[in-house]
Amino acid sequence: MTGLLDNLLNGLALGSVYALVALGFVVIFKASGVLNFAHGSLLLLGGYLTAVWHDDLGFAGALALAVLVTAAVAGALDRLLLQRGEPDPHAAHVQTIVTIGIDIVLVTDLARRIGGDLLSLGDPWGDSVRDLGPVTVADSRLAAVVVSAVVIGAVFALFRFTAWGLSLRAAAEDVEAAALMGVRLSRVRALAWCLAGALAALAAVFLVAFPAPGLERTTGQIALKAFPAAILGGMTSPAGALAGSMLIGLTEALVAGYQSELHVLGEGFGDVAPYAVMVLVLLVRPTGLFGTKGAARV
Amino acid sequence: MSDPMIRARARLWGRRFLPVVVLCVLPFYLDAFWLRIGLFSLAAAIGAVGLGLLTGTAGQLSLGHAFFLAVGAYGYVWLAGEPGPGLPPALALVLAVLLAGAAGGLFSPVAGRVRGIYLGVATLALVFLGHHVLLTADSVTGGFNGRSVPPLPGFTDSDPQPVLLGVPFGSAERLWYLGLALFALTWFTARGLLRGRPGRALAALRDSETAAAVMGVHVARYRSAAFVVSSMYAGLAGVLLALAFRRVVPDYFALALSVDYLAMIVVGGLGSVAGATAGAVFVTALPLLMARYADQLPLVAAPGAADGAVGPTEAARYLYGAAIVLVLLYAPDGLRGVTRRLRARRPRERPPRTPTSSPASTPAVRAKEHTP
Repeated sequence: MTGLLDNLLNGLALGSVYALVALGFVVIFKASGVLNFAHGSLLLLGGYLTAVWHDDLGFAGALALAVLVTAAVAGALDRLLLQRGEPDPHAAHVQTIVTIGIDIVLVTDLARRIGGDLLSLGDPWGDSVRDLGPVTVADSRLAAVVVSAVVIGAVFALFRFTAWGLSLRAAAEDVEAAALMGVRLSRVRALAWCLAGALAALAAVFLVAFPAPGLERTTGQIALKAFPAAILGGMTSPAGALAGSMLIGLTEALVAGYQSELHVLGEGFGDVAPYAVMVLVLLVRPTGLFGTKGAARV
Repeated sequence: MSDPMIRARARLWGRRFLPVVVLCVLPFYLDAFWLRIGLFSLAAAIGAVGLGLLTGTAGQLSLGHAFFLAVGAYGYVWLAGEPGPGLPPALALVLAVLLAGAAGGLFSPVAGRVRGIYLGVATLALVFLGHHVLLTADSVTGGFNGRSVPPLPGFTDSDPQPVLLGVPFGSAERLWYLGLALFALTWFTARGLLRGRPGRALAALRDSETAAAVMGVHVARYRSAAFVVSSMYAGLAGVLLALAFRRVVPDYFALALSVDYLAMIVVGGLGSVAGATAGAVFVTALPLLMARYADQLPLVAAPGAADGAVGPTEAARYLYGAAIVLVLLYAPDGLRGVTRRLRARRPRERPPRTPTSSPASTPAVRAKEHTP
């Protein structure tokens, strides 16, 4: 029984980290219609900057600066490379492929700098654990759940109560109408990218904290697992992304936890389980669990 | 017959057949290193043409190409080798291509219904799940260390090497001609598909799903078919790559490989066979050439240098990552569009416009220009 509780708690922690990343995907997609394939490299950038700066600035200072810089980089990428020319229906597709090009360059450079090393981010939780009733939890996992809950709550409040959130929702609903009503699309977009970059940098900290070994050159690929989460949620719904992330996190933790019973699937299936879930869901619902796209029937 | 007319026709035939002649005589002038680069480029070009059909013409983003390359490569190795049925290699080659097509067909419930860039994410799943299977299904794939590739009869080093025109005709030379023949097959079938009814249907689907459906294009069927055909080309490319490498390992068929293929078709120009070919040569040959000439290039360190140095692989990846961004921002038609524009800028050298004299504009490209 404690085994199950352990796995569920692990899944919850993993899911909440994925939620940070998936929320970034959704915010960018809502604001610009772009699937950001460079998200993994933004996450890697945030983690790398924290790792490099934590000796001088302390963990909190390094993290704050890394989040700011990653947000600025994401905003700049959108402003300088993606927002060009007239918006047209094919632009989002082209821009999606541009993000793949950006990802190649960023990941190559960061991987070159990191090399074969495992970088520590100097987070304050270390490998300490505490007992919560019948189960033992790593502090880093608890911190992941708490911080993610707070941050995600704040982001939802941003959507709901600020002028920017209103503009974002309006732009996602109907770009032209929003522009005619005086929404400054380019600013809304750039801010959305900044927010997504900040969330990715934050997620990096929890992705590489204990029990993960540390930041390595392939950490960015973990961010890709948040893609299934966002797709399951239907890409346009932040709440859906949250639900999808939890589903993905729980699946991964449960499959990894019961690996010995599931040995037919092969060792390490937990790492790829999110993708299996995504394919299964897409077979039944091609627009995701909460998706609204694809209403144009002929 | 007027004089310029004859000259124009001669130029046209020259443009068509000169490349073929050059490709056929290359083995007599180049050593094995260059032939290997050429063989890898040919294999990549076959795969890229397939992806171009799917992404460039049908507008369906796929990041799963590495998976179908792997199906082709491993399919051939298993079918022709031990453990495995041990079929004749030539039969195994054909069956491996069909196997890749079948794998694409199995995915068609998703590929036929999931649209555009969403499919890109769905196909990510194929790469990761496929890689997992390659690592764990030891008995078929050989696990992490992979398997060695059974050679085609007549394409090994132990075969007698006849000397033709003073050039020993070894396995590299023969594989080059095999690659060339398979590439020619790819080139003509793909162009036939693109210029005929399927190509128009797919381009219509890309430009407007609703309009295409109204015109009688069966949306899901055409999307699935494009996916299946593209996976078959990928399978063929996989077999050829396996023959060239002589060993297949799972880590080669990772996400980075899919991204490489996407880079090829984007850099070359979406929606054209020649563009995909040019892009494939660029992306494949660049890192190999940089590795060979690393000591003569500024800023590029020799392979295996200390951590943090810019090795040839990294330098090549910077270049084509940047190339994707720049091409999409400034020259959306890719290398193909650039050469076409250059040619158009020299009006005197242009042949008079007769119906047969404009091989430069394929239907796919024309369809794109008509997009509002």
